[in-house]
Amino acid sequence: MLIDFFLELKKAGIPVTLVEFLTLLDALAQELAFGSVEDFYFLSRLCLVKNEVYFDKFDRVFMAYFKDAASLQEIERKIPDEWLRRLAERFFSEEEKRQIQSLGGLDKLLETLKKRLEEQKERHEGGNRWIGTSGTSPFGAYGYNPEGIRIGQETSRHHRAVKVWDRREFRDLDDSVELGTRNFKMALRRLRAFARTGSEQELDLPGTIRATANNAGYLDLKLVPERHNATKVLLFLDVGGSMDPHVEICEQLFSAARSEFKHLEYFYFHNFFYEQLWQDNRRRLDHRLSTFDLIRLFSPDHKLIIVGDATMSPYEIHMAGGSVEHHNPEPGSVWLKRLLKHYQKAVWLNPSPRRHWNFSSSIQTIQHMMDGRMYSMTMEGLSEAIHSLS
Amino acid sequence: MKFHGTDSYIATDDLLLAVNSAITLRRPLLVKGEPGTGKTMLAEEIAKSLGMPLYQWHIKSTTKAQQGLYEYDAVSRLRDSQLGDPRVHDIGNYIVKGKLWEAFESEQQAVLLIDEVDKADIEFPNDLLRELDRMEFYVYETRQTICAKHRPVIIITSNNEKELPDAFLRRCFFHYIRFPDRQTLEQIVNVHYPGIQSTLVRSALEVFLGIRDVPELKKKPSTSELLDWLKILLAEQVPPESLASKRKERALPPLHGALLKNEQDQHLFEPPVRLRTSGY
Repeated sequence: MLIDFFLELKKAGIPVTLVEFLTLLDALAQELAFGSVEDFYFLSRLCLVKNEVYFDKFDRVFMAYFKDAASLQEIERKIPDEWLRRLAERFFSEEEKRQIQSLGGLDKLLETLKKRLEEQKERHEGGNRWIGTSGTSPFGAYGYNPEGIRIGQETSRHHRAVKVWDRREFRDLDDSVELGTRNFKMALRRLRAFARTGSEQELDLPGTIRATANNAGYLDLKLVPERHNATKVLLFLDVGGSMDPHVEICEQLFSAARSEFKHLEYFYFHNFFYEQLWQDNRRRLDHRLSTFDLIRLFSPDHKLIIVGDATMSPYEIHMAGGSVEHHNPEPGSVWLKRLLKHYQKAVWLNPSPRRHWNFSSSIQTIQHMMDGRMYSMTMEGLSEAIHSLS
Repeated sequence: MKFHGTDSYIATDDLLLAVNSAITLRRPLLVKGEPGTGKTMLAEEIAKSLGMPLYQWHIKSTTKAQQGLYEYDAVSRLRDSQLGDPRVHDIGNYIVKGKLWEAFESEQQAVLLIDEVDKADIEFPNDLLRELDRMEFYVYETRQTICAKHRPVIIITSNNEKELPDAFLRRCFFHYIRFPDRQTLEQIVNVHYPGIQSTLVRSALEVFLGIRDVPELKKKPSTSELLDWLKILLAEQVPPESLASKRKERALPPLHGALLKNEQDQHLFEPPVRLRTSGY
């Protein structure tokens, strides 16, 4: 029972386990969702999906499995998004609604939909036959037909939709950054350096014993402040241009680092270091911090983590005026050297695959400037980097 | 025994199903959702509507799993021993019960709220696996096993600050409270302020949903903020017409402090500041 559904979910990449599946069967045996597909949908999602980022995937598998799987997925792939974009909405009177006749069962609708798709070649709006928006055809969105199939509509307009798992309801959540940061956090943990500061809350055992002995055996309590992670981290992130394919993994690292370190300051740069850095990409032109100020502001006990693909033309490193964005009076290499001189503990994390490193001269140059402290941005590379930082 | 929502808490059908499944199958229910959508309220309302006692365990960044079970107060025992207090002979006098223990011991089935589980250390949920699974734990000091008399209904809330371990998630039911749609919002408002003028509610809702639609917002106002705002609007007797004019342009609504908690967000609604004023 439902084993194929379970396997489909697994195939779609949702982390479901046997225990959870058995729980669902148990729930069904107790008749928690009896006689209602909608209840069953909510119940199975409740039991099987443990993170809202998978809701979108789940909806799709559910739709495919319970409503004539293959053909629907096929259709979904065939329909160009442009046809379905919301342009206008038509409102029907009650009388019009009554006049509209249903075409038949869902199977027949799908069948017809497939046929229509083959005939139709352009975007369509209004009318009562073609697939598009605001019409009375049973296919498409934002229109009215009591037995219609809704394609790409965000909200239920007439509260009569055939399916609640209308796809894309959880589309926004699908790109949540939190996913997969746990491994990063476990690696970053090793950078922890504990220090006691703040109010005194913890019992100092050796101190208490010493004080009690001095006190002729009568208890004299000594307290110390609790331990906190005192590691200070400066994170420099390369943005724009060649870094675009690596945005996701950088976001993961950033999200993990931010929750792990209390003293984390982050700055952005473009390709290489020059006179200025910024903290807000939207306002990068008017809110900049001079790199000199940064060096004065943050003490040398900060650990420096630079994230960038280090792929650029050699001019951007070695030449004054070589920056792609502005005229820099001093070459970038001077700035990197200044930073490295001030911050002894520094690493460069490179998200591009390690096997490509030999083919880019700028990567080798920077690797040399960093004294070999460039690591790939994988779990392995991150562990090595942390090892070199601590 | 079934939860149907209460007169002060509007629960959607999927939330009801989630709560009732968790009660029937005796699994902890993990609730996530935008801040201010009533995650913490849920446990209180379940307890109220089913007539169960409620135990609340609020998690902080320094909370340890052990603190929910029990703590052994060695220091006061040492002090009592020096003062010659007879209590000192029984170690049980110095075991301080945690919230989980209290809920396990309850004579009738209880509701246990573990609030904001993501605030704690990353290992925190793993330390509670066995306790949540078997509903029992072992007290080393007194060598006894504490078993739940009735499996409590456990509601766990999370704000997604840290990812929870898989083993923990496997043992829970998961429900994501979505931001309510317009209809549900109106119901919620009616439940909280029954006498409120309907025109005011409608204009306020429109302004509110309009603000939520502004894409650059750092923190979108939530249901609880809407309710606060309405309360102030009522207290200040703001006429509905003054809201209507704000709908069109991006102007700050009256008493915006209740909705926009971030300086940058407020700037999004203000007219551009003119830099060169006269005499400058």
